[in-house]
Amino acid sequence: MSKFNDEQLKEFSRLVARYPEGKQKSALLPVLHLAQDSFGGWLSADTMDYVAELLQINPIEVYEVATFYSMYNLKPIGKHLFEVCQTGPCMINGSDDIIEYIGTTLGIKPGETTADGMFTLKTVECLGACGYAPMMQMGKHYREHLTKEKIDAIIEECRKNAAANN
Amino acid sequence: MGVKLLLDKAHVPGIRFFETYRKEGGYKAVEKALKQMNPASIVEEVKKSGVRGRGGAGFPAGMKWSFIAKPEGVPRHLVCNADESEPGTFKDRYLMEFLPHLLIEGLIISSFALGSNDTYIYIRGEYAWIVDILEQAIDEAHANGFLGKNILGTGFDCNIYVQRGAGAYICGEETALIESLEGKRGNPRIKPPFPAIEGLWKRPTVVNNVETLAAVVPIINMGGDEYAKIGVGRSTGTKLISACGNINKPGVYEIDMTISVEEFLYSDEYCGGIANGKRLKACIPGGSSVPILPANLLLKTAKGETRLMNYESLSDGGFASGSMMGSGGFIVLDEDQCIVKNTYTLARFYRHESCGQCSPCREGTGWMEKILKNIDTGKGKMSDIDLLWDIQRKIEGNTICPLGDAAAWPVAAAIRHFRDEFEWHVNHPEEAQKRNYGLAHYADPIHVPA
Ligand SMILES: Cc1cc2nc3c(=O)[nH]c(=O)nc-3n(C[C@H](O)[C@H](O)[C@H](O)COP(=O)(O)O)c2cc1C
Ligand code: SF4
Ligand code: FES
Repeated sequence: MSKFNDEQLKEFSRLVARYPEGKQKSALLPVLHLAQDSFGGWLSADTMDYVAELLQINPIEVYEVATFYSMYNLKPIGKHLFEVCQTGPCMINGSDDIIEYIGTTLGIKPGETTADGMFTLKTVECLGACGYAPMMQMGKHYREHLTKEKIDAIIEECRKNAAANN
Repeated sequence: MGVKLLLDKAHVPGIRFFETYRKEGGYKAVEKALKQMNPASIVEEVKKSGVRGRGGAGFPAGMKWSFIAKPEGVPRHLVCNADESEPGTFKDRYLMEFLPHLLIEGLIISSFALGSNDTYIYIRGEYAWIVDILEQAIDEAHANGFLGKNILGTGFDCNIYVQRGAGAYICGEETALIESLEGKRGNPRIKPPFPAIEGLWKRPTVVNNVETLAAVVPIINMGGDEYAKIGVGRSTGTKLISACGNINKPGVYEIDMTISVEEFLYSDEYCGGIANGKRLKACIPGGSSVPILPANLLLKTAKGETRLMNYESLSDGGFASGSMMGSGGFIVLDEDQCIVKNTYTLARFYRHESCGQCSPCREGTGWMEKILKNIDTGKGKMSDIDLLWDIQRKIEGNTICPLGDAAAWPVAAAIRHFRDEFEWHVNHPEEAQKRNYGLAHYADPIHVPA
């Protein structure tokens, strides 16, 4: 099972120190983000048990939270996660076409990952970028005013980076 | 040009950083508040300003602050609500991204007024890059003696922490937010007790929106009375509006609440009119939860008066012919937009976001989504429209938190104002699948492009 390295443990301590004595459970959401970022973009049962142990809470308290919030992935995802907004304001500005275009370009449906493990497509609800629609989240950042050309360029960029890193 | 109290410096290069912000007059309000005023006099100024909560409910901030309990020996907390998840709303993001120090300054003053030594910003998890911006601003404020121990030698200690959520609209509701901040699922609490008595870790807590807390800075700088002179009636000060949909200039605008909806929508200073030379069909003026209005009722009230961009005027006519200011998310639909489809996406949103504690909300949002999807995809029956109406009525008012109402109102208003479009969908299942399915007779005749 993977454990936090020294640097990650330092970040863990920084997060826990924000709350009063005995209230370390409050750090659960940020610690789950840290764990997800550290261990391959998703939370396995082992990871959740590890987080419970670190925070000295019951594993069930971690599972409850991990299943409630949409940003925690409970199964492995592709190297690049495309989270495309489909709520009203984005729909008005053509998010349906964008979702369909990504789907046909990559040969996957929302919720699926490409066979090479490179891309996962997910539909999400309003991300607070309605004025810059259509949009999607990629990791820590937003890609806004999406067009088919932009999607092509983004996919190309991901593939190039992967090739360069191999 | 209208008055600008919050965004006046948003375009100054480098304003995101302490040095520039300070040079432009930043942190003067903190100096004034901590050195020349006391907590009670700050609360008094905020009361006088008449500023109403900018998160959606519009409750007067000064009054909320005066309710906070002060039991001996129990710490109190201020929590800044930066969850901003109401569809159509992206103003807090703008403020935090471009003017992080304005929020930090407002938080220091408000923390002093409320006696909060540990203040938390709860930000939606997706705004990950803004967390870095805020944390950098907080570090700069520490380095310059505006945060930490004994601020400006006044004996007041204050720390601000940024807590990321993880994707849940319901965590914008203040008691769900508190639960989430305690490391739990975002299930709203039954009130009372109110957070002002028993909030975070059972301690007295005030939760306020980002924009409300930023507004404390101009209120302290200019005084509550002067602030109250801006705007009209009980809509004092300025309001940030995030405008989106089929308009020429989507974006975040600061308005003083005296301008008309027509000016906001059509003038080049703001939305710049409907995109692609089309006509206005409808608008959701205050975030997805508030009632949608057809063009004619948006620009004028049922009595034929000019509708203004403020709390009173937008709600003029009640739910029969009015809407609400809400969170200031202004969503514009042009003549080609389909009301059924738009309502369906919003119903799906609320079903997705219901925490599931109350059966009317959990089950009702699911049913509304299903029925709307059927009508939208040409599988609807005429009786479905009445069924939808019934369901939304059974949710409203029968739940622990207002998410139930927020899910019911958009459906109710869409049926109330656009019933024949729902009927048309049922009667024309095939035509309704084509791209352009709006019933054009709703479009605004006033602004037919030349
Ligand atoms: C379902 C739901 C979602 C909400 N989301 C937000 C939000 O994202 N941001 C916000 O400031 N207030 C939100 N609110 C309102 C808060 O409960 C609370 O009234 C507000 O934070 C108080 O701050 P204010 O008085 O400064 O507006 C929401 C309320 C409900 C019922
Ligand atoms: S109204 Fe909906 S979101 Fe609110 S507590 Fe009930 S089930 Fe949860
Ligand atoms: S609707 Fe897509 S970001 Fe708001």
